[in-house]
Amino acid sequence: MEIFGTWLAAFFTLGIISFLYRDNAWYKLCESIFVGISAGYWFVTLFWDNIHGLFWERITERHDYWLLIGASLGLMMLLRLIPPIGWISRWPLSFVVGATAGLYIINYFASNVMVQVENTLMPLFSAKFGDPLFSASPYSIVGNIVVAAGTFTGLVYFFFSKEHKGAFGGMAKIGIWTIMITFGASFGYTVMSRMSLLIGRMDFIFGDWLGLIR
Amino acid sequence: MKNVPISYPTFFIILPLLIILNSALTAQPEVTPIDSAAALIPRNITAKDFKYDRGETIELNWKPADRVNQEMLDGYEVYRAEESSDSFVSIGFTGPDVTRFKDNGVVSEKRYRYRVAAIVGDVPYLSEATPPASPTMELVNFNLANLFIIGCLIAGAVTYFIGHARRGKKLFIRKIAGLEAIDEAIGRATEMGRPILFVPGINDMDDVQTIAGITLLGRVAKVVADYDIKINMPVSRSIVMTTARETIKEAYMGAGRPDAYNDDMVRYITDEQFGYVAAVDGIMVREKPATCFYLGAFYAESLILAETGNSIGAIQIAGTAQPAQLPFFVAACDYTLIGEELFAASAYLSNEPKQLGSLKGQDVGKLLAMVVIIVGVVAATISQSWNIAFFTRLYDLMIKLFTVQN
Repeated sequence: MEIFGTWLAAFFTLGIISFLYRDNAWYKLCESIFVGISAGYWFVTLFWDNIHGLFWERITERHDYWLLIGASLGLMMLLRLIPPIGWISRWPLSFVVGATAGLYIINYFASNVMVQVENTLMPLFSAKFGDPLFSASPYSIVGNIVVAAGTFTGLVYFFFSKEHKGAFGGMAKIGIWTIMITFGASFGYTVMSRMSLLIGRMDFIFGDWLGLIR
Repeated sequence: MKNVPISYPTFFIILPLLIILNSALTAQPEVTPIDSAAALIPRNITAKDFKYDRGETIELNWKPADRVNQEMLDGYEVYRAEESSDSFVSIGFTGPDVTRFKDNGVVSEKRYRYRVAAIVGDVPYLSEATPPASPTMELVNFNLANLFIIGCLIAGAVTYFIGHARRGKKLFIRKIAGLEAIDEAIGRATEMGRPILFVPGINDMDDVQTIAGITLLGRVAKVVADYDIKINMPVSRSIVMTTARETIKEAYMGAGRPDAYNDDMVRYITDEQFGYVAAVDGIMVREKPATCFYLGAFYAESLILAETGNSIGAIQIAGTAQPAQLPFFVAACDYTLIGEELFAASAYLSNEPKQLGSLKGQDVGKLLAMVVIIVGVVAATISQSWNIAFFTRLYDLMIKLFTVQN
């Protein structure tokens, strides 16, 4: 059974990789099976986790009847299937979008604004010789200046109320350069992690399947 | 080898020296003798409601006994009993250097008493019980007052600018390159007679990036309806499918072409990330859309999608606030809306007073952050270097204003 599983995994791995050459029947077969199985898997998972686990069991065992509000919103979504009253399905949608915006505004504001500004508020250097910040390493001073200037000019770039011209435009340019350099570093880092995924697959094909790597 | 004889006088000098040296090397750290159990019992134990939670935690603090040497302590054990009961049950253990404990296993409004034991070996040296304490839920978290004040400032600015825009006053928004290209990209699809592909990311409607993507979809769909071209939108979430259908339908109605709308424009594929990507890649190479939009939350699929789009020669416009995925879009797409630009896009395109005012209000927030960064960094540097009291106080104020306490 294990050998069958290995062969099946190799078949699908090579089928998906064959897309690198061109779209072909093998890829289409693998794609359809992947999509079909995953859609079915998610349907079953969501049914048992949400409708059965989070709704039905709590209603019947813990008598959490307030869950009926959520269930009724879910039923309203299904009213789309009845065209004359399909418009009711907009209510739960409005609820989801509005509740999401309301719930997340505090978290986003705290983590993306407050914490970011707080972490930028640091001394660029210390004039006192012997001070740990000054004497430790010039790198920390350069690092502090890059963080403060990068955050400030980055904010300038994302300021939409003023045209990027003159000194303001110059600062915005520094901001976008800072962002792009960060992207470059992030790109390299992520590509390396993707390479490890590729190595993992190659290890499976040449090791587990073909037995060429021990 | 020749044996060297040791004379008796030398032996009597060396022997005491060796004994002294040995005792010095093998000496143990002095242990404070325990003259009574009371010498080990923790003192000043306080049990009080943990502030600004949902009434589910009691916080305990204590001090170690004066004569306790931490090296001889194994730690502290905390016991709890309900007010009416004398049977104390162990609820947790801390290390010998920790004199704080949070009890999360309590029920709101019930009253509890606590005892703390210093553990030496297997012997617990138990304190007296604390006065009863009960966890309560606070409706307002005053720790977040600074967040509220700054939030109110920005919300006030948003409200002001919305009113300003509604009164018909013009609000300036600078050009955003990626957005200027949207009409051009749709025009190209019309000329080529090929469809447009719109990918709203793989997150659900509980992600603001998806909401921003769907808002932009409204604008794209309106132009699509005007030009009478085909839009294809594969999605990986059922609620996104429903929302997208509503959005496109509304855009077609707004364009006066409700008959041209078709539910099949938006198709659910699967919730599985790479299953979805495999299907979208297949759609791309088979239908060869002239323009691909990737607007929403993306993860590892970003480069797979953008590279496939690139290989079929489509104009690609991407937008996301996922920092790790933006580099891939920047590298492989023609235009990329970076972070905030994605959220600003809908306001810019719609020209609606509400959205424009909101964008302007957010700019006030950014201006505030810029001012605080300059003032705070200068104050911190001067305070650190020359220790001037005014700048130290200013820096502390800035930190206090922007520190989020949970």
